[in-house]
Amino acid sequence: MENNQVQQDLASIRNLMERSSKFLSLSGLSGILAGVYALVGAYLAYRVINPFWSATYDQRGEVDDLLIIEKLLLIAVVVLGASLATGLILSMRKARRTGQKFWNAGSKALIFNMSVPLLTGGALMLVFVWQREYWGIVAPASLIFYGLALVGAGNYTYKGVQYLGINEILLGLIAAIYPGYGLYFWAFGFGVLHIVYGSFMYIKYDR
Amino acid sequence: MSIPFDKLDKAFENRVRLQIMSVLVVNERYDFNSLKDLLGVTDGNLASHLKGLEKEEYILVNKSFVGRKPNTTYEATDKGRSAFNAHLDALEALIKQRVV
Repeated sequence: MENNQVQQDLASIRNLMERSSKFLSLSGLSGILAGVYALVGAYLAYRVINPFWSATYDQRGEVDDLLIIEKLLLIAVVVLGASLATGLILSMRKARRTGQKFWNAGSKALIFNMSVPLLTGGALMLVFVWQREYWGIVAPASLIFYGLALVGAGNYTYKGVQYLGINEILLGLIAAIYPGYGLYFWAFGFGVLHIVYGSFMYIKYDR
Repeated sequence: MSIPFDKLDKAFENRVRLQIMSVLVVNERYDFNSLKDLLGVTDGNLASHLKGLEKEEYILVNKSFVGRKPNTTYEATDKGRSAFNAHLDALEALIKQRVV
């Protein structure tokens, strides 16, 4: 057995152990774009909330709360949808470029492990908003549960995702202390942090 | 200085078998088609190496159905795991000797 062959065997073992259990086609660029969408969304939301910009008065000139909520929901859904679609498309493209399957054991585990905390957080927010009309829960809870999802996701993709997760959790906890500033924390967590970590991942893994 | 060739497992002499084993030690289970995609080998080639590992009792075969499609999954046995670890130790020892 040649030394060269031993080295090759070891390299292929290491590579397969990693590749068979992890989803390594996650695109850093999609993280950057998701951050940009979030910042644009936060700016639009700010204009909706801020009475100076807002055109959400009813006929008597009073603020129409329901219309505000509808507009904010629309912004949230568009931002979320655009981010997911971008992530999906760019990751598929990266998988094709690196000759890997998009739908593999790693991506399945990744999606399952992320959806548990995300759905739990979503359900909890619905309870607080619907039953108690406590809107203050939205910013901290979305940041915290998204952070938890990322910490779990780190086992099935690049480890660096965990650090992003921990930062989102800390930010969520701080946001819980300062209710009323939700939009700013939200813009920082989903906008700025995504752009920072997305750029980091783009430089390290995408090129 | 003696080179520990005898410690290398004959069952892992083939690269594909070694690769199958490395996938199965980090994943609880893996199915035939995913394994085929990952390793980039033909059906027949993969099947014969899986048979070989099964004969050594290094892996377990689970046959089941997803709807009407047969779904065969494989998992590493304890015996397979320790054989794989011993083989890795032997490879490592081999490299260390060459470097010195």
